[in-house]
Amino acid sequence: MAVLLAACAQTSGIVVLLPEKDGNKTAVVVKDGDKEIVLDQPYAAARRSPLGTRADTTTPQEVQARFGPALAAQPARPTAFTLYFVEGKDEFTPDSQKLVETVFTEIASRPVPDILVIGHTDGVGTDQVNDALARRRAETVRAELIRRGVAPENVQAIGRGKRDPLVPTPDNVAEPRNRRVEIVVR
Amino acid sequence: MLALPPAIAADNGIGQVKVAKGRVTVERRGQTLPVEIGARLQTSDIVRTGDDGSVGITMNDNSLLSVGPNSMLSLDRFDYDGATQRGQFDSSLQKGSVVVISGRIAKQSPDAMTVKTPSAILGVRGTEFAVSVND
Repeated sequence: MAVLLAACAQTSGIVVLLPEKDGNKTAVVVKDGDKEIVLDQPYAAARRSPLGTRADTTTPQEVQARFGPALAAQPARPTAFTLYFVEGKDEFTPDSQKLVETVFTEIASRPVPDILVIGHTDGVGTDQVNDALARRRAETVRAELIRRGVAPENVQAIGRGKRDPLVPTPDNVAEPRNRRVEIVVR
Repeated sequence: MLALPPAIAADNGIGQVKVAKGRVTVERRGQTLPVEIGARLQTSDIVRTGDDGSVGITMNDNSLLSVGPNSMLSLDRFDYDGATQRGQFDSSLQKGSVVVISGRIAKQSPDAMTVKTPSAILGVRGTEFAVSVND
């Protein structure tokens, strides 16, 4: 009786590692009781049947047959932009000013855009000054997004001061590439 | 039934519905709420889809989940600190299918993101994968 109940509780199914767009080495580890299966090649699969879980492979055709509707419902991947500022100010450099239009095009392409603006500074000045400047840069961008029609509740602004430089420098070194905001559109 | 608010100013939740087709609902604190594009999700939400349903969700750490028809996916735990980009994300697929593209959380350690099925637990190491469970 116990065996029958256990058999009834069994489920079948499959876990598949999909190819990574950027070709990075990745893996999924499937643990079923004491058994551990590592999926680390594209289309490697772990199949579960009433007999247990076993390592196997699958094909793009089987993935499409089983996961077609789920794949069709994938959200657009988040897109990140980096815009640069004139030293000590919350004004974009001329090149970055041009990129702003690209950001708006990306936002407009999404049905429900959700945006994160992260402000950064270079190493010139105290933490206090840079935190305020980073925050002001992020808020400037947020205000511009709202002015152009993005709903305020869908844009968050965060200032990270000089803590997270793109290009590491000693303290108090001016570095244009660190005076930036990242805009993540998702 | 109450509709899920598209956005709550004070609490942006743990993720947002970006794609929804057919019948999609969320079970939250015993209530069943219909899901529309733009809905914000919360920890412990259980996402369900009907015969014709599918839903795509972007989590706050940039993880992407897309759920096929006749599915049930619980968002058991999602803690994420945007400043440190660390956290923990555990979900479980009771039935149906889900395709996952992991986000920031899975980049930090092998156990930071897990997906459970009725028979197994998956540890995720920065990856795209698909899971189905058939009763």
